[in-house]
Amino acid sequence: MAHGAGGKATAALVDAVFLEAFRNPALEALDDGAHVDAGGARLVLTTDSYVVTPLFFPGGCIGDLAVNGTVNDLAVCGAKPLYLTCGFVLEEGFAVADLRRVVAAMAEAARTAGVTLVTGDTKVVPRGRADGCYVNTTGLGLFHPGGSTLDDESPMEGVVAADDPVGPWPVGYTPPGHRPTEPDRLDRLGMAHARPGDVVLVSGPIGDHGITIMLARGELDLEADLRSDTAPLSGLVERLLTATSGPEHGGGVRAMRDATRGGVATVLNELAMAAGVGVVIDEDAVPVREAVRGAAELLGIDPLYVACEGRLVAVVAPEAADAALAALLADPLGAGATVIGRVVDDPPGLVLLNTAFGGTRIVDMLVGDPLPRIC
Amino acid sequence: MSTGSCRGWVSAPFVYALASREHLVGEVANSPAGVHIEASGSAAALDAFVIALRDEAPPLAVVEDVVVRRRPPPDGRRASGPGGADGGGTRAPRPGAPTAAGFRITASDPAGERSTLVSADCATCADCLAELADPADRRYRYPFINCTNCGPRFTIIRDVPYDRPATTMAGFAMCPACAAEYHDPGNRRFHAQPVCCPECGPRLRLLDRAGRPLDADPIERSAELLRAGAVLAMKGLGGYHLAVDARSDAAAARLRGRKHRADKPFAVMVSDVAAARELCAVGPVAERLLTGRRRPIVLLDLLPGGPGVARSVAPGTRQLGLMTPYTPAHHLLLAAFSGPLVLTSGNVSDEPIVYRDDEAFGRLGPIADYFLVHDRPIHVRADDSVVRVLPSWPGEPRRERPPAGEPSRRPTNKPGSPAAGEREQLVRRARGYAPEPLAMGWETPRPVLACGAELKSTFCLTRGRYAFVSQHIGDLENYETFRAFTAGVAHYERLFDVRPEVIAHDLHPEYLSTKYALDRAEDDGLGVVGVQHHHAHIASCLADNRHSGPVLGLAFDGLGYGTDGTLWGGEVLLADLTRFTRLAHLDPVAMPGGAAAIRSPWRMAAAYLSAAGVDTAGLAVRERNAAHWESVVAMADRGVAAPLTSSAGRLFDAVAAILDVRDTVNYEGQAAIELEQLADQAERESYPLPGIVRPPRPAVDPGRIQGTDLVAAVVEDLRAGTDRARVAARFHATLARTIVTVCECLAEQTGVRAAALSGGVFANQRLLNEVGAGLRAAGLTVLTHSRVPTNDGGISLGQAAVASAQR
Ligand SMILES: [Fe+3]
Ligand SMILES: [Mg+2]
Ligand SMILES: [Zn+2]
Ligand SMILES: [Zn+2]
Repeated sequence: MAHGAGGKATAALVDAVFLEAFRNPALEALDDGAHVDAGGARLVLTTDSYVVTPLFFPGGCIGDLAVNGTVNDLAVCGAKPLYLTCGFVLEEGFAVADLRRVVAAMAEAARTAGVTLVTGDTKVVPRGRADGCYVNTTGLGLFHPGGSTLDDESPMEGVVAADDPVGPWPVGYTPPGHRPTEPDRLDRLGMAHARPGDVVLVSGPIGDHGITIMLARGELDLEADLRSDTAPLSGLVERLLTATSGPEHGGGVRAMRDATRGGVATVLNELAMAAGVGVVIDEDAVPVREAVRGAAELLGIDPLYVACEGRLVAVVAPEAADAALAALLADPLGAGATVIGRVVDDPPGLVLLNTAFGGTRIVDMLVGDPLPRIC
Repeated sequence: MSTGSCRGWVSAPFVYALASREHLVGEVANSPAGVHIEASGSAAALDAFVIALRDEAPPLAVVEDVVVRRRPPPDGRRASGPGGADGGGTRAPRPGAPTAAGFRITASDPAGERSTLVSADCATCADCLAELADPADRRYRYPFINCTNCGPRFTIIRDVPYDRPATTMAGFAMCPACAAEYHDPGNRRFHAQPVCCPECGPRLRLLDRAGRPLDADPIERSAELLRAGAVLAMKGLGGYHLAVDARSDAAAARLRGRKHRADKPFAVMVSDVAAARELCAVGPVAERLLTGRRRPIVLLDLLPGGPGVARSVAPGTRQLGLMTPYTPAHHLLLAAFSGPLVLTSGNVSDEPIVYRDDEAFGRLGPIADYFLVHDRPIHVRADDSVVRVLPSWPGEPRRERPPAGEPSRRPTNKPGSPAAGEREQLVRRARGYAPEPLAMGWETPRPVLACGAELKSTFCLTRGRYAFVSQHIGDLENYETFRAFTAGVAHYERLFDVRPEVIAHDLHPEYLSTKYALDRAEDDGLGVVGVQHHHAHIASCLADNRHSGPVLGLAFDGLGYGTDGTLWGGEVLLADLTRFTRLAHLDPVAMPGGAAAIRSPWRMAAAYLSAAGVDTAGLAVRERNAAHWESVVAMADRGVAAPLTSSAGRLFDAVAAILDVRDTVNYEGQAAIELEQLADQAERESYPLPGIVRPPRPAVDPGRIQGTDLVAAVVEDLRAGTDRARVAARFHATLARTIVTVCECLAEQTGVRAAALSGGVFANQRLLNEVGAGLRAAGLTVLTHSRVPTNDGGISLGQAAVASAQR
């Protein structure tokens, strides 16, 4: 099970099995979405399978989760999500009424996110071979420019201007301040681009989804006023990129990631490793709802490792920090946005937490499930 | 002519002095294998010289063995005796060699191979103390007085060979008077690298928390401020201490508040053994420790009839950690203050001790009112070591054991030789002990780096028969500590010229030491050996005793990662250095909330009570934790965020909470420590032994001891109205009898007649004594720790021993 927990074991499994078999440049980037070229169109493609117990929980169900999760993976790559496909694996005996609820939730979520569900597939397996309902969604997005400009004085290594710098546009979308001669923004968004001095933000309180799910299983005699944070972030991302695109914002947004499995801690560790930088966050600055904090304490779980389904972590150039925060706060889905830390040069590859007592703790990538280390 | 190598720690000046006395001609130099001596002289003189090398070794010398090789005399006549013969080959007749040419010390070659001569820091010697107190001496009241026989060593050494430029004394140029002493072979300071005086050496300064100097004598003024209740940060040998008046409850409480240290006892420094006797019972072993060169904190029983220190110094304990001054500055301050001083590590909460001047004010500024500092940099952080003295086993014939941490010293050379039967055991091995090597009793074919555990972390390097166990480093999750760990590994590898070929690590995938080991092995292409935590505990005890097994290994601790992915900690293993079999263990129970269950022993009470099927109605522990009791029980019953553990430490936690000792802890092991304190020392009764599930295939499945039966017995006794102190004692006694009975049975089955006791739970003296005595009564040989801690501080040595044994 450790292989699915989103930590180092997952990474090792992906490395050992999939990367080995399918090796190609788009896959090797190991971002949430792959950047592909199709007849001059810059597309982003992503796929994800959804397995959750229970299927229905406060704030959502597997249906909207499957739409929002894939939409968000596209959005944080800087792409505008356009089309989704979906595949169902149903256990024999799964109630049709429940299926209707799931599908209705998907349709509603797709409408909200502005994506179209274009094709699908359903398989039924014998009773006991699946747990009710599994959903896979594949998303297709179109890259759009906007956001910040490349620092002319210090071009980043490996950044090559695209042959067709303009690229196709989402219909009706003309970002302000767009300069057609710029290299593709797409090439500059990515974990590896974080630099010392950059500012790290989260778009809202963390851990709501994961804790809600744990409580919704009904195994604990515990009531809490909590709902999943599942939501499509494409609008929020667009707002963020647009607000930080001007030359006065330095490199603007360098990287974004939705903090799903493994939570914010895992995203930050991936960032530190990909960019070869350190990340320092302040315990007091990390936004956690009281109800989440209380339940996490009871469960002995660190909210930094708890999954969110509607929160993103953004790394922005220092010049863009204020504009980025303002843009997030201006959106209902970014209502609790805040700066949680910054990127530093030392120690490379590590995430550090300044504790309330003035100590500094290492927030490591988990290899598997969290296990106590105290002897 | 004879050439010899002397394995161990002998200073060249000491060799020089002996050789001169015996009128030998030749030279002495440090070499990687030890001290290399070439000497010629009369046979009688050479004999006398070799004997004296062993018998007269000064405080900082450890003579492991002396190897003498004979060479033909320069005039061509052959000396008899085989070349390469071990010691004693000097009996052959030798031509009378002239002594006029004299004896000399060859400078160590910085470009050559690294020398092994890195000694631990040493307490101020009697000769230096006499000078310190002598108004006629030029170092009268000089806080940095030292000589060849005492002073800073490991903490100031930046590199080897150990010469002044490679120490943090490099910046202090010797004045002519000091230089003369340094170069005079007849002087006590001959080649003493940190030699200095008020003219040329470091100085003390007293500053306020803003860094402004206070005029007046720093020592006198500090004493005055302490008497007025101030918190003083004092730079010492291996780091900063925080000091307050130990008789002032207000001052001690103030320090607790500012340090965020709720209950963990503070150590106290007293001026001498006489002052120690006013507070605690001081036996002969403790006296030797308090007056010896290592000067650890010694855990001692408080005298009955009220402590001589304020209550908040060591709240609710029967013991106090005492030490005596080990630097000249301590001696001066204690004399000026005249009373016991709290002297605790200079840190916030669980941070590592502050040792760098540039961070002292930032980190300790919120805690200390004043800073007593000096300008001799500390290169390596080293906490005070902690030692406890254990009574002899009941009925044990009186015998002597070598003191902890030393390969083989002649006790006759020590003041106050160890009391018969009493044993000392290191609880924290750091300043005064590290980096001295521990002889393991076997060769390690390939150099090993063992990365240790996570909390109370140490690492260990091996070379030949020696293990270089690092000083206590701390909790690796703390970044500052992790840095000390990685920097420490590099420093030790350089100092001791070890290039590891094999890396040993714990099996816990989340230990930062495990991750370091795997990364390092990959980067440097080294072999990797994963060692199960409790196997490492037992191997550590074997190495500590230079015993290669097999033994019945009793590994009882908080927890460690098992080979089946569950958390172990109440284990009876059949083990030698290469492998182990799990023969029996406590039956696993859930830890609701994982690490949260360690911080909150009441959760273990809930889990145990539920597993035992005990009706909890009316139990105080349940009432106190009513808000979350049902949820925690549900987590335990349904396995939600509740890993299984066979840990004995968690069983102690559960019983402590049930007996209202405490529901949450603010330092590691607190509930178990307080449960031991609570236990009635006169109580002799115990409960029926708990059930032991014997699986049908004993060769494959281990036996399972039903800890739940113990918990049920405790609750029943408590409900019967028995005094809590007696219940606590009966719990200890029953657990001890259980362990002994299981071992007797397994000894019978396996034919193995020796048992090794290791793991943090054996910090519990009562359990250790009762289990040890019971096993001895059953005719088993009992091995316990002395040179490394029974807690996770000893894990790195055990890992190294296991990795060395695997070829
Ligand atoms: Fe342990
Ligand atoms: Mg995803
Ligand atoms: Zn001295
Ligand atoms: Zn001088």
